[in-house]
Parts: sequence; C-alpha cells; structure tokens
Amino acid sequence: MSDQGARDRHEQARRDEIDEARREFLRNIAAASVVSLGGGMMLYSMGGEAQAKKPGEPLDPKKRWGMLIDTSKCTSGCDKCVEACKKENGWEAEPGSETDVQWIRKVDVKDPLTGFMASLPVMCQHCANPPCVDVCPTGASMRREDGIVRVNMHTCIGCRYCMMACPYKARSFVHEDIPEEKKRFHAPMGKGCVTSCDFCAHRIDVGRIPACAEACPEGAMLFGDMNDPNSELRKRLKEIRSYQIRADLGTDNGIRYTRLP
Amino acid sequence: MRAFGRAAPAILAACAGLVLATSVAQAGDIVPKIPIDRTKGDCVLPGDQMRREHMNILMHRRDDTMFKGIRGGKASLSACLTCHMVKDEKTGKPVTVASPKHFCRVCHDFAAVKVDCWSCHKSVPEETDTQAALPGGMGSKQSKFAQLLEYVQGGRK
Amino acid sequence: MKKHFHYEYLQSRVGYYTALLSMGALMLIGLAAAYYMEHHGHVVTGMTNQIVWGMPHVFAVFLIVAASGILNVASIGTVFGRTAYKPLGRLSAVMAAAALAGGLVILVLDLGRPDRLIVAMTEYNFHSIFAWNIYLYNGFFAVVLLYLYTQMSQDFRVRRFYRTAGTLAFVWRLILTTGTGSIFGWLVARQAYDLAVFAPMFIALSFSFGLAIFILLMTALMRGDERPVGVGLVNRMGRLLGVFLAAAAYFTVVWWLTDLYAAEHRPVVQYLFFSGNVYSWLYWLGFIGVGTILPMLMVFSGSARTSMKPVIFASILTIIGGISLMYFVIIGGQSYPLVLFPGKEVKSSFLDGVVANYAPTMPEILLGIGGVAMGVAITLLAAKVLRILPVSLADAEVDPHLAGGKVEELKKAA
Ligand code: HEC
Ligand code: HEC
Ligand code: HEC
Repeated sequence: MSDQGARDRHEQARRDEIDEARREFLRNIAAASVVSLGGGMMLYSMGGEAQAKKPGEPLDPKKRWGMLIDTSKCTSGCDKCVEACKKENGWEAEPGSETDVQWIRKVDVKDPLTGFMASLPVMCQHCANPPCVDVCPTGASMRREDGIVRVNMHTCIGCRYCMMACPYKARSFVHEDIPEEKKRFHAPMGKGCVTSCDFCAHRIDVGRIPACAEACPEGAMLFGDMNDPNSELRKRLKEIRSYQIRADLGTDNGIRYTRLP
Repeated sequence: MRAFGRAAPAILAACAGLVLATSVAQAGDIVPKIPIDRTKGDCVLPGDQMRREHMNILMHRRDDTMFKGIRGGKASLSACLTCHMVKDEKTGKPVTVASPKHFCRVCHDFAAVKVDCWSCHKSVPEETDTQAALPGGMGSKQSKFAQLLEYVQGGRK
Repeated sequence: MKKHFHYEYLQSRVGYYTALLSMGALMLIGLAAAYYMEHHGHVVTGMTNQIVWGMPHVFAVFLIVAASGILNVASIGTVFGRTAYKPLGRLSAVMAAAALAGGLVILVLDLGRPDRLIVAMTEYNFHSIFAWNIYLYNGFFAVVLLYLYTQMSQDFRVRRFYRTAGTLAFVWRLILTTGTGSIFGWLVARQAYDLAVFAPMFIALSFSFGLAIFILLMTALMRGDERPVGVGLVNRMGRLLGVFLAAAAYFTVVWWLTDLYAAEHRPVVQYLFFSGNVYSWLYWLGFIGVGTILPMLMVFSGSARTSMKPVIFASILTIIGGISLMYFVIIGGQSYPLVLFPGKEVKSSFLDGVVANYAPTMPEILLGIGGVAMGVAITLLAAKVLRILPVSLADAEVDPHLAGGKVEELKKAA
C-alpha cells in the first residue's frame, strides 16, 4: 500500500478515535454528571465562574492554576502534604537522601538575627517564566497552557539542565529503576528522566485539587484559578499581601505564600 | 509517530507476519493466543485495525494528555490495560509486563518489538479515586463524591 | 615569496599502533563504563540531585572548550598571518574537530536516556542555550571541514577561499565558546554562576587549554614519527601560552572580585575561593599555582629558548590546572546550596542549605578518559590517512626569522 494510503488510514483512525471519545463521553455524561457537578461545584465554591475541567475536554488556556499557602497555619514538623504527595505520586525519599526523588518538601526557615521562624512546603513553583522550560533542549520541560509546569517524560533525554536552572530545587532525577510495585499508575516516572511536581495534573484534569492541598489539616493550601477575578484564590490574593520565593528572579510563581521570613 | 508513514511497509510486513502467525496458531498453536475480554465492550477500533494502529492511537493520546490534559475514555492507557487485563491462572491477580502473558507483550515478544513504556508506566491499572472520576467510570462514584464533600467541608473550616 | 610546505602521512611504526590500540582500549573501557551507568542508573555515579553534573561534564566541558582553542592555532596562521603557524593549520583543524567529538560523546553517553538521542535532534526548543549549542557544535564540524578542505585542496580556486574559511572558523569558534560559557553564565538560579564574565572567561580559557593540548600532541606526533621540530617554534608557542594563561587567570580574578563586591554573592565567593575547602585549594593551588604561575615561569624562562622541555612541561601543567578549574567551576559551583531565602537559615529533608558532597566514582572518570582517548584516536587516525602533518617543522623551514642560527648560538652559549 502507498504511503498516502497509510496516512489516510491514520487520519481516519484519529477521527474515529475522536468520534468514539465524544460518543463515549456523551454516553457517560449522564451517569457522571453527578460527579462532574460535584467536582464543578467544589471549584465553583472556590472559584466563581471557573468551571472544573471535564476529563475528556482539553484544558482551558484562560486559566492559570495557582496556590496560596497560608504560612501562619503551617507548623514545623507537620508533613501531611508531603506524605499525601508521596502516597499519591508514588515516590519515596529517605530524609537526607541525595539521590531519591522529591516532589515536595517542608522547609524550616529562620532569620538568624531576629529568630523569626516559619515552616513552609516548597515544591515546583509553577512559574509563568520558568527557567527550566527555557533551558530544556528538547522542550520536554514544558508549561501547559493552564500554567502547570511539568516534564513531558516522553521526550526527556535526561540531560538535567533544568535541574541546574531551577532556582527552587524542585526537580529530581530518577537515579534508579523504580520497581513495578512502587509505581503509581497515574504518575509514571522512570530511570534516566527528570521528574517534578505536576500540580497533580491527573487530578486537576478531572476536576479535583492537588493531593497536598486536599491533605492539609489546617486548610492552609488554597488552590484555584489565578486568572479568574472571582475565584476564591484571587479574592484572597487581592485582600492580603502575598509573597513569592525569590521574587527577585522575576519568574512570577504560581505558588504564593502569605508571609515569608 | 510521524515516521510511521515511512515505516508503513515494514509494519505491513510485520502485520502480514502476524496474520500468518495467527492462522498458523489456529492450526498448530505456535503463537500464544491473545487473551481478549470481550465483555467490557468494543475496542477503540475494530481488532484488525487495532493491530496496525494501536501505537498511533497511543502516541496521539499521549500528546493529548501531556499538552491538552485530556483524560479518560477508551483510548487512555488505563482503559487499554483494564479491558486487556490478563489474570494469572494461579493467583488470579493481573499479570505485569514481567510476565510474557501480559497483553502488550504477547505480540511484541513474537514480533521482536521493544517498547520502553514500562520503565515508567505501571503495567497494571490501579483502582484509584481519580479513575473513579473519569467518565466511563472504572471505579465507585459514591466514594468519590463523599470525598469531595469531605474536602469542601474540611477545606473551608 | 610564498612558501610551500610538504605534508605526509604518519608512518606505520610499532609506536603508532601501540598508541592507537591503547586509545582504542581506553575508549572501550569508557563505553563499558557508560553502559554500566546506564544499566544501573546514575546511582552508581557520584552525581546526585544536588550535584547534577559531575565528572563526565568536567571532562566534556574541558574538551569542548579546548576544541575551539585548538582551532586557534590555525587561526593565528590564517587570520593573523603569522607565518610560523601556517604549517600547523591542518593538524589544528583536525585536532579541534576530534576534541569536540570526544567531548560530545561524553555528554551524550552521560545522558539519562542516551537511547533517545534522536529526540534531541528532532525536537528543538529554540529558547534553550543547549539547543543553540547543538547547532553551534554541528556548525563547528562543518566549518572546520570546510576550512580543512580549503587548506588541503589541490585546486587553487578552492584554496583562494582559505582565508575566508579561516576567518569564518575563527568567528564561529568565538561564538561557540561564548555559548559554552553561557550554559553556566546564564544560570540565574545558581549563586556561583549567573555572571556575564563566564563567556569571555571561557574564551580565554579555551586559548590556553587548546594551545597546551596542541603543543603536546603536535610534538608527540612529530617526535614519534621522527620529524624535526624547531625549538624556536615551540618556544614561540610557549610564550604565547604564557600570555593566554595570564589572560585566563585575569578573568577568574574578575569573577571573584565582582562577586566579592556584591553582598548577594559574597557568601558564595567566600565559600568557593577563600574557605580553605577542596575547591579553594583546586583554584589557588591547582589552577593559579600549578596551572598558571608555574607554567608561566617555565615558558618565559631562559632554558625555554634552548630546549623544548620547559614548554612541554608547562603544557602538561596547564592541562592539570585546566581540569582543576573545570572541577572547581562545575562541581564547586553546584556544591553551594541554592539560596531560596537570602540571608536566612534553612533546614529541610532535602538538604536545603547544606553544602553538597560529591565523590566521583570510577565509571564516571573512565567515561571521561574514554572521551579524551577518542579525541586522540581520531587525531592519530586522521594523521595516518590524511596529509595533515608537515614533514618538517624545523625552525629554518617554518620561519626564517626563527632560524638564522639564533637557537644554535644560544645553545652553544649555554
Ligand atoms: C472497552 C474495552 C477495550 C478497550 C478500552 C481497549 N480495547 Fe483493545 N480490544 C478490545 C476488544 C473487545 C478487542 C477484540 C476486537 C476484535 O477482535 O474485533 C480488542 C482488540 C485489540 C487489539 C487487537 C488484538 C488482536 O490480536 O486482535 C489490540 C492491539 C488492542 N485491542 C489494543 C488496545 C489498546 C492499545 C487500547 C488502548 C488505547 C485498547 N485496546 C483499548 C477491547 C478494548
Ligand atoms: C496484535 C499484536 C499486538 C498487541 C496485542 C500489542 N502490540 Fe504494540 N505493536 C505490535 C506490532 C507488530 C508492532 C510493530 C510495529 C512496527 O514495527 O512499527 C507494535 C508496535 C508498538 C509500538 C511502537 C513501537 C515502536 O518502536 O515504534 C508501541 C508504542 C506499542 N506497540 C504499544 C503497545 C501497547 C502499549 C500494547 C498493550 C496495550 C500493545 N502495543 C499491544 C503488535 C501488538
Ligand atoms: C520516562 C517515563 C515515561 C515513559 C518511558 C513513557 N511514558 Fe507515557 N507518560 C509518562 C508520564 C509522566 C505521563 C503523564 C501521566 C499523567 O499526567 O497522568 C505519561 C502519559 C502517557 C499517556 C497518557 C495517559 C493516559 O491516561 O492516557 C499515554 C497514552 C502514554 N503515556 C503512553 C506511553 C507509551 C505508549 C510509552 C512507550 C512508548 C510511554 N508512554 C513511555 C511517562 C512516560
């Protein structure tokens, strides 16, 4: 058969696939509407007009997901968010290990002069101008149109330049094979690629919030759409002064903190 | 996968080989049979097309998920692996790619195709809350909704 | 009057094949080391999530920087019209391409997924300095080949463009080293880098590394093949090396002076240069002492006029100093913790605020050596199949000004 034939078939397959997905979606929408509404309502309550994304739909480029972390509610020694992330995304890290994967960590900061202390979680800051995306030679380090910065591991060659460029030490290199039983299905990662917090994209895409925000017992992590003036996140951000880590770098972070030492 | 067009002759040859092999298998059982559970519904495309096109569907879908955040539906990896789950005869548990009986290995081993997917991807889908939220729902919706409520209440106190 | 030089293939000697075979063996060991690293993952290296680039990068960056410096020897003849350097042009071009190839192979084999190299060629991110460098490297090979062609062609119509090609090669290599320097210089996140002086510093370093490697390999090839090399010529190259060494050291001084003045960067400079840790030693003793002052004393000494030995020793020391500096820049720079909260004390489970440890392991070092061996092996092979090595580099041959019995007189006087 000719190349043309193969390509046509390919196109047809794609169209069929899309049609099928649509039909599938419609078929299920009735059954799932309760759930979708539930998810929608949840973000609705936090985000006004911002409707949760439905799984089969593409993301909304008008959104910019972000988070406000209320540092005053965050206590040193509590690492519920870290534990939730580990569980959700299937990574393990011995404290102090130099090669284990880390997506999120708790940092205790102290002003050596005044003794002012704060404890806060640090993960990928989902910058609007991410240095890791600028430096990646293959474009595997990417920023989704809705503001999530993540690694497309299908094109990551493991050069680790993004790790050199990230000011927040948010990225880890997978130094070893990850055995099947430790993997999580929705958070694949494997030897020789770089990985990092993806804001739980697999959850956001189906209208849920990141595992860390969900797990915080103090409700200190407020997740939402930063672009939507009516979202609860935006309202909070408008009310109070918020800070970014290393704001001087101009990366315009999606993660904001209520106060930083 | 754009290179697919160019590789078409080779693929066709491989497919022809497979078709041949299948008929041989029916006759003499040289090739292991592909276990297909037909109770859960139809595949993304008819079987003969799937044999040729599954990699394109997967690659296309992969980019859709990575760049557009499209989830769920039949083309998702978890759906493939759920419908095409192979249970171990002794333990009754789904087999992983470590076993040559895994759906994705049966033909690949035979056709000497190597894919690197499993260095990252788990080869057996998990029952998770996330999947429960997907249309086509492969899990309990009840628990999911309860959780949402819990969050809304918990997160706003 | 235009002078014609004769070039000849290397002869088949036992020494030649021994050298080639040992380089081949080192390459195989390097390849095995890379396979071992790939198979087990990077846990078997000293590299970690804090020191993300390690020994392979020290070797690779050294070779890549040196490659453009090696090409300089040809440029001095072509672009700057120094007659004595003209017969060295061909060897210089070949050696430059070989060094670059060696460096790149190390980089590629160190990737987490070298099997996906094809991805690096098909998917470009035009914002990435790394991706620009891929163009610059490929372009370098092309430009060097063109340059070599214009030098070696029998056709005078091609040879006419020899100067143009030489100038192009010179400009290209300047851009290339700027690119290599910028890989580090533009990393705003890292306190130790983030400085525009990295680009000119890398250019200055490339001059000295390249010339040192060239002197060593050139004299080894000539001597090994029993061809005459003039002491006057080597002495002249040595003195140039001295100037380059001073320039390179100057830029490193600008680096720490600038950073010392800025309160933001003062802690990292104090840590790297003045805290007496291994990195400070590498800089002061390795680079400044052994790699700059000592070789400068040697090349400008009186005995360098009558003997090649001081210049050869100086070249070796320059390379040792160069590797020390690369280790200092790459590993030392990364070992300083990222500053998320300037001026604050931090503590976490992910080694925030902690100086990172790094202990290179054998596979990394062997991979690096393998790359160096590859560069040498390519040069050896090329000299065997191409006419790139002049039959004689005796002073009277290369430049009448160098000869005139001056060296002989001095020798007698000594
Ligand atoms: C709803 C369940 C279902 C899902 C989801 C599904 N399949 Fe299938 N698949 C089937 C059935 C049923 C057949 C048999 C079709 C036939 O023979 O006509 C089949 C056949 C196939 C075949 C051909 C096997 C053969 O030898 O005939 C391949 C390859 C295949 N599927 C791959 C996939 C991939 C890849 C995916 C995910 C993108 C996927 N399937 C998703 C049910 C499913
Ligand atoms: C009906 C037999 C069959 C089954 C079942 C099957 N494959 Fe394949 N697959 C093939 C053949 C044959 C090729 C080789 C096509 C080629 O050479 O281009 C292939 C190629 C691929 C490729 C492209 C490989 C490359 O190097 O381009 C991917 C990816 C892939 N399969 C994934 C899967 C996954 C995932 C599954 C399990 C869900 C699966 N396949 C199940 C027969 C099968
Ligand atoms: C280096 C790790 C890695 C490798 C290797 C890899 N993937 Fe992925 N893949 C990922 C990550 C990470 C995601 C994103 C998961 C998410 O967002 O939920 C993903 C997502 C996907 C998705 C979309 C998920 C869905 O639910 O539909 C598909 C399809 C996919 N990959 C197919 C493949 C195939 C086919 C291969 C082998 C040719 C492969 N991947 C190899 C890491 C990898």
